[in-house]
Order: sequence, then structure tokens, then C-alpha cells
Amino acid sequence: MDHLRSLEAQSVFILREAYAKLGRLGLLWSIGKDSTVLLWLAKKAFFGHCPFPFIHVDTGHKIQDMIAYRDRVAAELGLELIVHRNEVALAGGMGPDRGRLACCGALKTEALAEMTRKHGFEGLIVGVRRDEEGSRSKERVFSERDGDDGWDYANQPPELWGQFKTDFPKGHHIRVHPLLEWSELDIWRYIEAEGIPVIGLYFSRDGERYRSLGCAPCTGRIRSGAMTVREIVAELEVTRTRERAGRAQDQEDAYAMQKLRRDGYM
Amino acid sequence: MADEGRQTLRLVVTGHVDHGKSTVIGRLLHDTGSLPEGAVERIRRVSAETGQPFELAFLLDAFEEERRQGITIDTTQLQFRTARRDYVIIDAPGHKQFLKNMISGASGAEAAFLVVDARRGVEEQSRRHAHMLALLGIGQVGLLVNKMDLVGYDRAAFEAISREMGLFLGSLGLRAGASVPLSALEGENVLRPSPRMPWHKGPSLVAALDGLEKDREEEGLRLPIQDVYKFDDRRILAGRVEAGRVKAGDRVLISPGGKETRVASLAAWLPGDQRDRAGTGESVGLMVEDEFFNRRGEVVSGPDDPPAVADRLKASIFWMGRRPLETGRRYRLRLATSEAEATVEEIGGLMDSSSLAPIPARGRVGPDEVAEVEIALDRKIALDPFSRHKATGRFVLVDGFDVAGGGIVTAALGEAAEGRGFAHGRLRARCEVFEEYYYSLGDLSVRKAGDGRRPFTVGDPVPLRGQSYGFPESFDIAVFRDLVAVLIRGGQVAALVPLADYVYGGLPVVNGRGFGLLVNSPEEWARARADLSAMTPENEARLARRWLDFNAFRHIPIGLADFDI
Ligand SMILES: Nc1nc2c(ncn2[C@@H]2O[C@H](COP(=O)(O)OP(=O)(O)OP(=O)(O)O)[C@@H](O)[C@H]2O)c(=O)[nH]1
Repeated sequence: MDHLRSLEAQSVFILREAYAKLGRLGLLWSIGKDSTVLLWLAKKAFFGHCPFPFIHVDTGHKIQDMIAYRDRVAAELGLELIVHRNEVALAGGMGPDRGRLACCGALKTEALAEMTRKHGFEGLIVGVRRDEEGSRSKERVFSERDGDDGWDYANQPPELWGQFKTDFPKGHHIRVHPLLEWSELDIWRYIEAEGIPVIGLYFSRDGERYRSLGCAPCTGRIRSGAMTVREIVAELEVTRTRERAGRAQDQEDAYAMQKLRRDGYM
Repeated sequence: MADEGRQTLRLVVTGHVDHGKSTVIGRLLHDTGSLPEGAVERIRRVSAETGQPFELAFLLDAFEEERRQGITIDTTQLQFRTARRDYVIIDAPGHKQFLKNMISGASGAEAAFLVVDARRGVEEQSRRHAHMLALLGIGQVGLLVNKMDLVGYDRAAFEAISREMGLFLGSLGLRAGASVPLSALEGENVLRPSPRMPWHKGPSLVAALDGLEKDREEEGLRLPIQDVYKFDDRRILAGRVEAGRVKAGDRVLISPGGKETRVASLAAWLPGDQRDRAGTGESVGLMVEDEFFNRRGEVVSGPDDPPAVADRLKASIFWMGRRPLETGRRYRLRLATSEAEATVEEIGGLMDSSSLAPIPARGRVGPDEVAEVEIALDRKIALDPFSRHKATGRFVLVDGFDVAGGGIVTAALGEAAEGRGFAHGRLRARCEVFEEYYYSLGDLSVRKAGDGRRPFTVGDPVPLRGQSYGFPESFDIAVFRDLVAVLIRGGQVAALVPLADYVYGGLPVVNGRGFGLLVNSPEEWARARADLSAMTPENEARLARRWLDFNAFRHIPIGLADFDI
């Protein structure tokens, strides 16, 4: 089996394990390329059905096109969509001018925690990949979060032979990571091979495009002439800049992402 | 697809703490130009900001704690390519405390490199890791003798370590691959032969990497069912082909149920994915002709090559739990997609996983120890010896919430002998006469400490004296649940007879638990037999008081076994 097919088979296996072994399950859908691939893989795993809801944690600061695209795709595919915002923090004027890490903490981490508890999720499927940044590189496929969403990263349980963490105390939940082994290039090659529709923000306009999507104030565009998926693949095959170079919260301090994720960030 | 036909090999880098595993991988990535732009500069900056010396290992050791302490805590992996093929390289921690993380990383690999520091030589975790690789079924292990700069690139130092480790790997049944002297720090013998080691005729690091061979695919279909889907009018058996291949029209057997049927077709979401066959590694959905009741945990195979169906097995295990594995305690065994309650009944071949020094049997397996065990399950599951099929021949043991141990099946055992009973001809008798019981201060309850389960048969000597019991040389055992009597004469099993044919002969009689019967004459025996054969939960207490002397041959010692860890 070639590389992409074996990644696909492994991700489908993981999604099916999550569905078989965990209680209430949801898929975090950020509208970006990774969670769009996840959506596609879920359709494959369950033969055209999606037996769990899609969740969008809306920070209120997302790039405008993303929201319109989200609602259109959800309607087209008939997805059960849960949108959650930390209304209290937004009403209090939370934004990146209060400090980027504080903003991510309130509008993403806290919002996610509220949503998890409100709906009683036991499993959250998240499209993080090892090659994105350091703390994600050390993740497990099934990664336990305690009652406060904390991640005990220095003491992770063993994970071997496809036997994942499925026993845990009530009130804890599992982050399921079906794309952990995929690289950015794998994602784009798969999008190309399968013809998966993705949001237009990834393609070049005026000599620039988004390589990673997030909140408008904290996500930069890169110089690129890539107008098609094929051109993005070709660009990534030679580029050596990092994918998240345009994401401001990562640059705050050396271990910013580790700290955010310890407290429950995706 | 761009990379059609390119092979991917998964390789883990193991070895004792600080021997240079992360640095070796960092060097490989750096020298082959596989790092993203600015990666090295960023690490330089972080090192400067936090006042630490620059280390190539920081490319992999991403946690703040890892960099501060200069050790790898958890495993990670990354993609890398050479002209020959693609690799997934897995970094494993070398510190003893993180063995479970090393196992997590290594369990996903097809081949391994073992890194040994040229100056310090083979150390405790060098051997322990080699042992774990053998238990994880990773056959191919290459040796990297690193830090050659610290021994002046001395040939004799390299050869001594090569010889020592080669012998150890051989004793574990591992295939020793190439042996490579190098300096990850100075980049010697990484991409190309090093002028500082002209005496080395073997490969450089990259050549040794490309010289590793991929495992052969296993023959014979094994498809453990993950789930049965009925989202629409199709009924789909979902699972991953773990070995062999399957196609529409094939006759298949579904174990442990043992039902045979035919594959009607393979399900797909997109028309473009519609196929009539699938090979090893593919996640598929089968639709079969006969709609039996199927469920997760069953295994689909060819009809002539089914897995074993058993509720007892022999296995080699390794233990990672903080609380030791104990005989008699209940665990959850998970093998492929099946699960069962498991009790470890016999522990043998216990040893330290590094020195291979045997440890006297003591009814438990501590952290980082390995053992040969016999496991009893609460129900029958489909399984294979690991030597035949990897995916259905390995399992984990869950203690409470945690995966605490792993093992490979060495044999599936046939018909279960219930308890440590007796068997002869067609007669069998279950009983606990020679089982040790003790009062456990750990959980304030009475526990059993027996570790032998093979049934006794005629001619076998029996252990007349234990810590919690003592029987005379000759006596009789009346097993009411199986309606069999066992005659013990001179400390040996003399005969098994149906209870109906048993004649009371004046010797002491005990029941299947080893409690004395208050019987002194053939008449009393006849009455006791009638009463005890008709025991119900309602009359149990009254009949036990009437006929049993609990303390005649048994007493329950207060056990400190739980604290003796
Ligand atoms: N002199 C010399 N030092 C080296 C070499 N390779 C690694 N080191 C040093 O050895 C130390 C340990 O290296 P690591 O790569 O962190 O060791 P490791 O085996 O990955 O350690 P753990 O993962 O924690 O078990 C670091 O200080 C490295 O700089 C080498 O070839 N020569």
C-alpha cells in the first residue's frame, strides 16, 4: 500500500475505534484543510454517514470567509453542527489586544471546555498533526484530559498495537487524533488525490495566500503564487519555511503552545 | 499520486539514556537537509534565551522539561526520506523511568537501531531495550556505536562493543544488522564514510538505514471486526485487514462463533473507492451472505486456516504498571478488537529484563520485569500464536484505567481445566483443595494465592501441606459440583470414581474446598451425600453448619503479601 493509502487506512481505523469505544463523540471542525480532511475520512469510515456532530469553536474573530464557508458546507452535507462561543468573554471585550495567550485561553480553551461540559462529550476528534509544533509532536492518538481539561503530558499512558486509552474516570475526556501521523504535505497530496473541496483562502490572491487558518488578527498570509491544489503541493515540496510561521500565538514564547495545550487548548 | 510505489519503513532509535539517540536523529535530519528553514536558528535562540548550551537533540526534545533536563521524556516521530525510500523515524526515551514511552514508540516500528555510547559501552537500558524489541516482535536491529570522537575513533573500542552487543542480540533471537561507528556530534560516518575511521569497511549511517529490509507480509486472512454498522439498509462488518487478503466471493469463517459464510461485496462511500478485494493494512467493510449475529471482537479468516479459539493461553509478557501484576487478581485483556476478563494463574521464567537474571517465582511481576505466564479468560476468544500472526497474537493487560502490560501469545491452550482440579479418563473434578488462601491486609478480604492449574491425574503426588492447610496422607475428596470422588492414598492420587459408586471406608472425607465432612459411618455419609447434592442458596448455611468442619484441615493466615512489593 502506498504512503497516503496507509495513512488513510490508519485514520479510518482510529475513527472507528473512537466510535466503538467512547461515549458521546464530537468532531472539532475548524474549517481549515486538516479538519476538512477529517470530515472526508469520517465519511469514508462510516460509509457516507457521520454518526457524530461537528463542533466549531467560534472565537468571534475568525476570518470572515470562514464563517460563510462553514455554514454553506454544513448545509450542503447536512451536518449536525454545534457552534460555541465564549459569550461572557466576548461581551467583556476579549481580544488579542488583551494579550494573545489570554485571548486564546478565553476564546478557544475556555470556550472548548464550556462546550465539552455542556454537551457531555467523552471524546473530541481533533485534527492536530505531529509536524505542526513541538508539544503536538509528543501526543498520543487517544490523549486523556482530566476534569479541568488538563493534559498530563509528562506522564502519558502507554499506547501500543492499536490499543488506545479507552478506560478513564467519569468527567475526563479523550482527545482523539486521527491525523497525528500526517504531514502538511500529506494533507495536500491527499486533497489533490481525492479532489476534496477546500476553502478558497488557501489559494493565492494578489501574490499572497493563507497557509494556516485561524483568527483574523493573529493569522498572516505568506507570499505565494499557488492558485491550485497542485501548485500548493509543488510549492510545499520545495519550501522549507514552517507551516505555523504565520500564527502569532506560537511565537509568544518558546513554550507558548505547550502551556496553552497543557490547559486544554487543541 | 506523486509518490506511487515508494516504500515507507518505520524505524525506532533506542538505547541507554544519554547515549545520543535524539542527537543521531537530529544529525540525520540536519545533514540530509530535511529540516524546515530556521529550525536550527530557533533552537539556538531558545537555548540562548533559556541559558542552555545548543543541542541538536532539541529538534526532537520539544518539551521544556526535556530540554531543561537534557533527556527525552516521551516518544515522537517524524518523516524523512533518502534516495531509496521514505522513513518514519521514531525517537524513544532512554531513561529507565520512561520505559513505557519507549515501548509506545517502539511498538509501531518494523526495525530498530540501538545506540551505544563508545566510551561508556553497553549499559542497563541498552540490554533492556534490546529485550523489549525482541518481545515487541521487531526482528531486525542495527547497532550504532556513537560518540566515537570521545574514544579517538578507536577501532578496538568499536569492535569490543560490537561483539558484546552482537552476542546479546543473538541470545534474544534478534537478527543483528549492520554495526556502525559514528559521531553524531561531529557528523562522522553519517552520510558518507569518515576519513577518521578508514578501518571501518561497513556502511555509513544512511547506508545502514537503506540496508534494512521490510518485513514480509503475512499469509492467511485475519480481519478482526471493529464494529457492525447498520446506518442504512446495508449491514457492514467494519475492520482492518491485519493479515492476508480478502475478496468478494471468498468463503470465510467467523471465530469464535465458528459460522461460515461468503463475502458478498466490499462496501464503499465513493464510487471511486468501490473495489472487490482488499489487502493487508486496508480498513474495509464487508457485506456477507448470511446475516448471523456478529459483533466486535470476532475474527474473519479463511475457512481452512482459522485462528485458535481458547479461553486459556500461554504468553511472554512485560509489565509497565506501577502496581505489580499478581496471580489471582483480575485484569482486562485486549487482543486486537476482542476483550475478556483475565486472571494470571501461573508465573514462570521471571527475569529482570536487562540482566536476564532469573528472579525466584513469587506470584507477581514487578515493573520492567518479564515473565512467562498462563492466563485464564472468562470466555473464549479468537487468537493466534504470535509467531503465526502478529496482530492476533499480541495483547495488552489493563489494570483499572491503565494499560499496564503487554504480551505475545506463545500457545493457545485447549479445553479449560476448571480450577486446580483432577482429571482422569472421562472424569474430571473441579476443586480448590490444595489452593492457598490468605487474609489480605491490602483489601481486607480473603484471597487465593495458588499458581498451579494443570489438573492432577492418577499417580500424581499432591501437596499435602501448605501454609493454609494440612491433610493426612490418605483421605477422600467428595466433589459435589461434578459428582466425582477423588481418592488420595499415600500422598498420591489413587483413583477418580463417580460419586454414586464411592464407598465410605472410614478415612477422612473433605469437600471440593478442602473443608472436613462431619461423617463417621456409611449411614452418615449416605445422609450427607443426599443433603449436600441438593444444596441451594436457601439451605446452604444450614447444611454447611450441619455437615462441614471448616477448621479441620484449613486455617486462613493473615497475609502480608500485598505489602511485600
Ligand atoms: N561527544 C559527543 N557527544 C555526543 C554525541 N552524540 C550525542 N552527544 C551528547 O550526548 C548527550 C546526550 O544526547 P541525546 O541525544 O540527548 O541522548 P539520548 O540518547 O537521546 O538521551 P535520552 O533520549 O534522554 O535517553 C548530549 O549532550 C549530546 O550533545 C557524539 O557523537 N559525541
